[in-house]
Amino acid sequence: MSVLAADGEPLIRWNWIGDHSDELTTLTLHHLKLALLPILFGLIVAIPLGIMCVRWRWLYPPTLGVANVFYGIPSLALFMLFIPYFGIGSGGQADFTIILPLTLFSLSVLVPNVVDGLRSVPEPVRQAATAMGFGTLRRLVQVELPIAVPVIIAGARVAAVASISLVSVGVLIGNGGLGQLFIDGYSRDFTTPIIVSCVLIIVLALFSDGVLVTAQRLLTPWARTRRSNG
Amino acid sequence: MNLTDQINAAWNWLTASAHWSGSDGIPHRLLEHLGYSALALVIAAVIALPLGALVGHTGRGGFLVVSFANLARAVPTLGLLLLVVTVTSIGLTPVIIPLIALAMPPILVNTYEGIRGVDADIKDAAEGMGMKGPGVLLKAEIPVAMPLILLGLRTAAIQVVATATIAAYAGIGGLGRYIVDGLSRKDYPSVVGGSVLVVLLAVIVQVAFIGLRRALVSPGLRGSSRTS
Repeated sequence: MSVLAADGEPLIRWNWIGDHSDELTTLTLHHLKLALLPILFGLIVAIPLGIMCVRWRWLYPPTLGVANVFYGIPSLALFMLFIPYFGIGSGGQADFTIILPLTLFSLSVLVPNVVDGLRSVPEPVRQAATAMGFGTLRRLVQVELPIAVPVIIAGARVAAVASISLVSVGVLIGNGGLGQLFIDGYSRDFTTPIIVSCVLIIVLALFSDGVLVTAQRLLTPWARTRRSNG
Repeated sequence: MNLTDQINAAWNWLTASAHWSGSDGIPHRLLEHLGYSALALVIAAVIALPLGALVGHTGRGGFLVVSFANLARAVPTLGLLLLVVTVTSIGLTPVIIPLIALAMPPILVNTYEGIRGVDADIKDAAEGMGMKGPGVLLKAEIPVAMPLILLGLRTAAIQVVATATIAAYAGIGGLGRYIVDGLSRKDYPSVVGGSVLVVLLAVIVQVAFIGLRRALVSPGLRGSSRTS
């Protein structure tokens, strides 16, 4: 690589990557776990919560308010809040110190999208389902939620990318997946690990995004039959 | 330490008079924090607003803009900060660059989507009234897209205010000092107190944008809020 840092050290030492491939694999897998479990938990909470917010309209403004407050908390501070309950470090129970705050962050994106998605169901569609004899629950599961899928997945994509990036902040309390390499590099004035982990984090984000787009295509087969920019 | 203890500790920390004066006092740190945040937000807006408006207006390069924004969202802010600090040195630049990178995607995407989503009938009407391209953009498209543009700015502002805490890692001030220094001294009241201040700031930003929305959005458009 021809780009040099000020002191003549190359920005990237390529052989470092090969020498550390085992460590990189372990950190990448751990990073994925810390980042994506929150999205899963977030969806498990956000879908019923969103359904309730659509059904009882008064519930939505306070829910949105609480979710927005979570959004404004620095991720590091929210991690700190959970240390007394799950401890510090990497692996086992301590992972929840990272996973639960990120779940709360994901809710601030997921809940509004579930609500918007359900509200985007056209009234004639709802009436048609009722006319065909669908009860409330069956209409919800077989008609309304499938129509809401693109909006819900759009939220999940934003939440997943944010989560993958935010996990790295966890390194400041000793559990940040690939973020570990930021500190390793920073403390030794060595840019290679920082760049490698940044690139891996971006690749993970693109990969998860691709998985979610594929999931959306599989869940909404009708969208493929007509041209859409979905 | 359970939640009640944390709340008590933070309250005692926040109300201690020693924390309200001097260069490590709350007012000074708050101003520093607001300064970095505002600078990053203004630079990001100066780049992203015209770019998003132009791309939305011409309809060209939309795919590129959205892809770029999604990629930028994935860049870990802490990693970018530590990288810039390692390559250059400690100071304001390494703080501002990651914050700009953080603020640009929501502003860019919302401006682009807002302008692009303007009803074709409205643009036709504007042209029928004799407006040319810039006139259509400034007098019809931007006002109609304003709710979405403001939403993008608000998202960016909240993220920047919450993330400006990392300035402490680049060796400069802001509310992050209480969190980072508290962390290294195991002074948890300082960490929780600092966090509470950041949250309050984020809430104030939210409220400020509600006011901005009242002032800038045409009365005919109120109630048409969408999330991104």
